[in-house]
Amino acid sequence: MTVAAAIAPTRPAKTGQPVATTALTAATLLLPIVAINTLGFLVPVFNLLLMSMRKVEASGALLDAWTAASWLKLFVDGFYLQLLWNTVRVSALITLLTLLASYPIALYLHRSRGTWRNLLLVLVIAPLLTSAVVRTYGWIAILSDQGVLNAAARALGAGAPLRLMFNEVGVVIGLTEILMPYMILSLLAGFGRLDPRLEEAAASLGAGPFAVFRRVVLPLSLPGVALGSLLAFVLSVSSFITPKLLGGGRVFLLATEIYDQAIVTLNWPLAATLSIVVLLVFGLALAAYGRVVRRIG
Amino acid sequence: MDERPISRALKLTAAAMFLLLLAPLLVVLPMSFSGDAYLAFPPSSWSTRWYGAVFKNARMVDAFFVSVKLGLAVTVLSLLVAVPAAYALVRLRPKGGGWLLALFTAPLLLPTIVLGLGLLIVFASLGWLGSAWGLLLCHLIVTLPYALRMLVTTLSTLPPAVEEAAATLGASPAVVFRRITLPLMAPGIMATSVLSFLVSFDEVVVSLFMTTPKLSTLPVAMFHHVEDRADPMVAALSVLLVALTLVVVLVVDRTIGLGRAFVK
Repeated sequence: MTVAAAIAPTRPAKTGQPVATTALTAATLLLPIVAINTLGFLVPVFNLLLMSMRKVEASGALLDAWTAASWLKLFVDGFYLQLLWNTVRVSALITLLTLLASYPIALYLHRSRGTWRNLLLVLVIAPLLTSAVVRTYGWIAILSDQGVLNAAARALGAGAPLRLMFNEVGVVIGLTEILMPYMILSLLAGFGRLDPRLEEAAASLGAGPFAVFRRVVLPLSLPGVALGSLLAFVLSVSSFITPKLLGGGRVFLLATEIYDQAIVTLNWPLAATLSIVVLLVFGLALAAYGRVVRRIG
Repeated sequence: MDERPISRALKLTAAAMFLLLLAPLLVVLPMSFSGDAYLAFPPSSWSTRWYGAVFKNARMVDAFFVSVKLGLAVTVLSLLVAVPAAYALVRLRPKGGGWLLALFTAPLLLPTIVLGLGLLIVFASLGWLGSAWGLLLCHLIVTLPYALRMLVTTLSTLPPAVEEAAATLGASPAVVFRRITLPLMAPGIMATSVLSFLVSFDEVVVSLFMTTPKLSTLPVAMFHHVEDRADPMVAALSVLLVALTLVVVLVVDRTIGLGRAFVK
């Protein structure tokens, strides 16, 4: 990691001041960020752990007592296990589709040069700078009963409109597109290791285009694939806007349930418990990524 | 650089996938000129009335100004907090600096839905929900990791030789910072400002937990509007926002290079 390496103590600071003064200056300069980080990050996150064990009334009023009820509910109530399984299954599917849709773009970008490449790169990054609300709205315009796809289907003679949103199909399509830029940028970073001369060597030794791809390009791009998949998976597990709007309250995922429990049902202990589950899923995904990276070197 | 010819199959697949990637942005343009009262494709008539509706919608206009003011305040505060922090971490090399940097950038790794819930619970007990200060602090938490990372990278790529020379010639650390380090950091500070503003302006999930009908940011107001009814007004608003983003992106690309800012 370049950022971490940048501040590794490779050489002493040459400020010409005693060490104690330097340490004091550093502490003063770091004070504001420490205060904000503590109040806005450390306290809220550790408070979630405590909140998940608080006792709560049906009205949402918190009692000054501790209980494991929220955690028990998670394992005993089939709904929440189903929710967890749904989230993991849908996120894995989205990750796979994002990879399949992004790979051709990344490979094409890797092979193109000059202004054309820069222009296409801007087109990849531009959606990243556009609000998820705007892009999800665009998908509503495409997928709804009166939308672009159903207009096309009607023109081709379809009778009843295709149900493309307010269900899992819509959430999967929308999130796949929303996560594509992350995947493309990760794949591009991975393609950095791919020397075009290797492909030429394979081709000149008689390998067909498909064999070159399968034996040379694909294996060398695996680190990028792993990184992009990790990103797509964790972002999909925690995404909220797109599942909420394209799912229309009919697709039940961890992130949407956290919001509903926190804002609608006012069951903060359960919301806190579910958000810790999200963090655990994150941890498992990261651990799996670590193992994969060690294996593919 | 030797180039490999790009096969026709790859060109076609990449073009199709680009169409998928840009589809939601491309579709809002014709939709924004719809003359219909609801979202339908193709529109039965064309008009610019939804653009007028955007400017007449008090909630959207208010939310827009909240978002702009918030974005500007968050950008200034991010710089005021992150520039000294980056300087301390890179130039003063305190003990445990690597650990501290990891801690300060950790909110970046936290899912926004979890961060939002955590902030909601703490801020509710402090009575900060729906307050401008609470919202400002929430956005600061989100933008600071980006700002700090960018500034640490900027600072660590500056050669320390010039600063050392100035110090050797008798300039105090404060003078060296003001006259040498800060001007050299200017491009990085520009990039950080743009990124902080865009991140704050686009932030929606954490804000959803913090806002009330009285005090709402533009993405949150749009989210609630779409949740309620997806009419062509949001398309008109989206076109305006995409145009605004495009202008910012082009300016950034011309001045500091988009590739440098985002692909590393």
